Amino acid sequence: MAKIDWPAPDKRSLLGKRISRIDAPQKTTGAAKYSYDINRPGMLWAKLVTSPHPKADIGEIDTSAAEKFPGVKAVWKETETKSAQYAGQIVAAVAAESEEIAVEAARLIRVQYTPQEHQVIDHDPALARDKPTTKQAGNIEQAFADADSVVTSGVYGVPVITHCCLEPHGQVCEVKEGELYVWPSTQNVSRYTDRLGDGIDIPQNKIHVDCQHMGGGFGSKFGYDKWGTIGALLSKQSGRPVKLMLDRDLELMIAGNRPSAYAKIKVAAKKDGTLTAVDAEVWGTGGTGGYNPPPVPYVFTKIPNTKLVGKGIRTNRGGQRAWRAPNHPQGCLLTMAAVDDCAAALKMDALEFFLKNVALTDRPNVYAEELKIAADLIGYNQKAHLRGQAGPGPVKRGLGISIHTWGGLGHPSECDVTINADGSVETRIGSQDLGVGNRTAINIVVAETLGLPLEAVKVELGRNSYPSSGASGGSTTIGGVSVSSRRAATDALNELLPAVAMKLNAAADNLEARDGFIRQIDKPENRMQWKEACALLGPNSITKRGKNVPGESQQANLISQGVGGAQIADVSVDVETGIVTINEMVAVQDVGLIVSLKTAESQVYGALIMGITYALFEEAIYDPRTGRMLNADMEFYRLAGIKDVGKLKVHMMTGPGYDERGVIGIGEPPVISPGAAISNAVANACGVRVPHLPLTPDRVITALQQKGGVA
Amino acid sequence: MKSFEYAAPATIKEAAALLGDRWGDTELLAGGTDLVTCLKQDIAAPRRVVSLRKIPELRGIKTDKNTVTIGAMTTLGELIADAGVRQHFSSLTTAALNISSPQILAMGTVGGDLCQRPRCWYFRNGHGLFGTDGKTSLVREGDNRYHALYGTDGPALFVSASSLGPALIALDATITAAGPKGKTRKIPAAAFFHAPRSETEREITLKPNEVLVSVSIPLKGLKNETYEVRHRYGLDWPYVTATVAFGEKNGSITDARVVLGHVAATPWASAAAARLLNGSRADENAAVKCGEAAVMDARPLSGNSYKIQLVKTAVKRAILAARAA
Amino acid sequence: MSEEMDPPSRSGLSRRGFLKGIGVGTAAAGVITAVQPIAEAASRDDGVVGPGEVPLTLRINGQERKLRVEPRVTLLDAMRNRLDLTGPKKVCDRATCGACTVLLDGKPIYSCTLLAIEAEGREITSIEGIGAPSKLSALQKAFMDHDAQQCGFCTPGFITAATAFVREHPNATIEQVRAGLGGNLCRCGTYAGMLLAVSDAAKKGAV
Repeated sequence: MAKIDWPAPDKRSLLGKRISRIDAPQKTTGAAKYSYDINRPGMLWAKLVTSPHPKADIGEIDTSAAEKFPGVKAVWKETETKSAQYAGQIVAAVAAESEEIAVEAARLIRVQYTPQEHQVIDHDPALARDKPTTKQAGNIEQAFADADSVVTSGVYGVPVITHCCLEPHGQVCEVKEGELYVWPSTQNVSRYTDRLGDGIDIPQNKIHVDCQHMGGGFGSKFGYDKWGTIGALLSKQSGRPVKLMLDRDLELMIAGNRPSAYAKIKVAAKKDGTLTAVDAEVWGTGGTGGYNPPPVPYVFTKIPNTKLVGKGIRTNRGGQRAWRAPNHPQGCLLTMAAVDDCAAALKMDALEFFLKNVALTDRPNVYAEELKIAADLIGYNQKAHLRGQAGPGPVKRGLGISIHTWGGLGHPSECDVTINADGSVETRIGSQDLGVGNRTAINIVVAETLGLPLEAVKVELGRNSYPSSGASGGSTTIGGVSVSSRRAATDALNELLPAVAMKLNAAADNLEARDGFIRQIDKPENRMQWKEACALLGPNSITKRGKNVPGESQQANLISQGVGGAQIADVSVDVETGIVTINEMVAVQDVGLIVSLKTAESQVYGALIMGITYALFEEAIYDPRTGRMLNADMEFYRLAGIKDVGKLKVHMMTGPGYDERGVIGIGEPPVISPGAAISNAVANACGVRVPHLPLTPDRVITALQQKGGVA
Repeated sequence: MKSFEYAAPATIKEAAALLGDRWGDTELLAGGTDLVTCLKQDIAAPRRVVSLRKIPELRGIKTDKNTVTIGAMTTLGELIADAGVRQHFSSLTTAALNISSPQILAMGTVGGDLCQRPRCWYFRNGHGLFGTDGKTSLVREGDNRYHALYGTDGPALFVSASSLGPALIALDATITAAGPKGKTRKIPAAAFFHAPRSETEREITLKPNEVLVSVSIPLKGLKNETYEVRHRYGLDWPYVTATVAFGEKNGSITDARVVLGHVAATPWASAAAARLLNGSRADENAAVKCGEAAVMDARPLSGNSYKIQLVKTAVKRAILAARAA
Repeated sequence: MSEEMDPPSRSGLSRRGFLKGIGVGTAAAGVITAVQPIAEAASRDDGVVGPGEVPLTLRINGQERKLRVEPRVTLLDAMRNRLDLTGPKKVCDRATCGACTVLLDGKPIYSCTLLAIEAEGREITSIEGIGAPSKLSALQKAFMDHDAQQCGFCTPGFITAATAFVREHPNATIEQVRAGLGGNLCRCGTYAGMLLAVSDAAKKGAV
């Protein structure tokens, strides 16, 4: 019988190969329908009315003029809360025959506000009102007092950034005959509905979710949100389908963000570079709610003496959401910059310093191997110099290093695989493809398991009527779906084999599915074509449900968690303009067994680019007086363009020594290090630490002027 | 966006006749990249939009012995592609190239570039041209990292968004505008821009019922170039730009002009830098000094003093690039 | 794809019905006429039309598409909301990100900031006119081969812009490709694959 274990390297025909994503033809031609693209017969367009005030009591909401406006079919207004806590908070909505009418009608809604004193500033620790959190290990006082130590201190920080999904949050809702049909842009197809039906008295078993393609989530699209509830209500009220997608400004203001993290950090190391102590005071904001400081020290968790004080600053801003590798990029930047400053003070080569200190991490060997590979790939020995020794001329070149870690254990997942009597295969799974290549990966697993070409297997996902599969977050998807689909396909095959065994006159245990045949393992010429084999099913098909139970799968080495990665950035800093240019970046990533090599590499390239973007450009800028986000657009909330990212190299740590661990998620880890690596490279290039990301000309010039570095 | 009526007349005269005599009542539509955005942001809510797309006389670039004349509806892409413009006015070509988006270059027009509204985020968020909450200047008290560095004693603290304006001023260009009866008048490029003193004014001296017809640049044989500091390589707003133009006699600089962009409510000509450049050899040493002279009258706001360094660099590099041209 | 999920249709409108209902049907037109009584389909003596709906013929992907829209409607909204041409996406909606890119007489433009009425008489090509899943253009094939898309929301705009670029710059170098795509933005970070895809297609002189 076929076994669940991943096939040995010499037995893999699709697994880990470079395969183009199966939905590329739809995506490249505009045929892929995203939630924003769903147009239903008789559909209305909804627009939101939001608070212009960062904090205000909400009085009367007068919707009468909007209700009378020709073309308006439904109106909703806030009744549950009487206070606005951030600019952009939703207070009312209209649904109308056209988008233009909806925009115009929304403007007719009159809301009485009594503005209250607000607070949107997050970079001043004195504004923290919550009780600080403290974590401590060892004895930092003693460590810093050690006469043989070098002690450095600095300030570092990274501001609030947003997810800026290109497809905004939102959905099309259609209430029809007591059932709700919804096309959301979501990372969580199976559990999206949750309590969505409560407000319109439709139970969860009458809610149908469909999300075939979605335009980016990055951790911000797990729930149906207020706009989901409103969309369903407007649809019920009007009896028409309603499209409600956030406008760009709201997308940036209210649909999630990554909390800021600023810090004062003191580091101690022995003269040989061994880190001995880190003392960090970290503050930042996640909006109106609480704050969980990022881990400092990050990765170097075995530094014996550490203290971390966290101070949350509540601000009248839209709330935080998980942003790709929550808290890790912040912890990484704060830690790697602080220890790199220590290496610079010791006048020690950064690579040597990192190699020395990998002993203080959970996986010294992995990091050491990765750092050496990364150094080779970027030509470290030819390019490296000590901090500030870049040579003459206004354009200074430098290198910067960072390492990171992530979990990535597969989530609970269920999947059905059906083998039809005509030989065709169907796979159904309540998962979603955020653009990571999930469809392709599932296709690879099922086709590999059944010894078939990709095209022989149909993969259907994106509906809550399919077997339940976890939300796509935290790099948990590939581990989850690869096991559930592998198990379903294996079990289905094993149900087919006995009939084939009889025909081939061989033991079922001695059969395998390869190259479109069922064949005898020790006598491959004794074989039967897949189609013929399936014909033995007669009028029946086989459907098997496979499950991923994370703990068990980890025990069986099907999946695992905990990876290390190393990155090196090569940058140029024009010290006369403060412009930072990425020349090259290298990512070396430990990832376990790779299912879909091409799309996995794309994940790492994408993470590098997203990392370059937050390192150089991204920042949610709030006006202290009006409390509004000033750059809630894509002109001044900048994303990197194609010419801003330099040359990128990706190296996957795969093959013997890594493969055996099984499948591990890859979405988060490579996005963690770029900010730190680039910040370190800028410091190495121009001789001055630019304390805060993003590394914009104003920050670079100011840092140079304060520390005397302008050419 | 409010609804509006629309016309696309075939002649300049008809177009001017369709315009109102108060700003905001009617709007001229050229490439639309700024106007349509303003309409969406409710910065503009005209009763009528008059499109210039069907007027052939507004298009094209003509060169005679002494002058190059560029129709207002000439696209930025057409401007860049023109070999004559590139040969004589590379500062203008560079300024347009720096816009860096093929889409903007295909849609945007020379006239539209000159007439576009400021990108000040207070203005775009509905706080008026001066960015106030009715009493206080939100710009002064808030985030002014992208705002004016010069002329900051007045109320207009936004920066002129025009990419071409500084080069046109440096090149002594003249702008031709046509009024309601088709009557034309000439405006020196330097006088085309002004810092408004009230919210009802605009940043340009065109009248509400005038159509910008063309831009004429005299062929004076000046060496000229533009240097721009911007963050992204692709489409992005510059931090600062500098255009320099000068003649050369026996290796010595004459007739120098230094005009800065994105540093004031108008393109900002630095007489001090031009004076220093005259008589010099436009070498590295002179270029550095000109940069320093250019920032003598800078009056930064609370958050944009870093721009001083950027201006110094832009002036220096523009001079060296012009000399090398 | 979503047929299985189609709710029972009271009106019996098919997808074609949708197009008719929203694009040229009477419901929306009636509404707008009521809002703006001065609206007239035909132009007045001075050539002024609107603010109500105006009959318009757009030539998109080689086909004449008739519709009625107010002058304020952008080409992007006309395509997406009236003609169900949803390949071009609405992302920044402010002429910055390029997701809405279409070709106007062969040149790439931001359809989010072009009034539909301004596109009359021009040749409009959207991503739907460049290729189809069963018939990918060389550039689309190169995007597939180099995995130059992730979520894919920016992809149609990029391919449309790149199609124009490669046509105008056969044999473009990598540096030229970088410069030629300066009007589009991606969030997932697909530039590495994109660069290879576009320069590959440029090298082969095929779009």
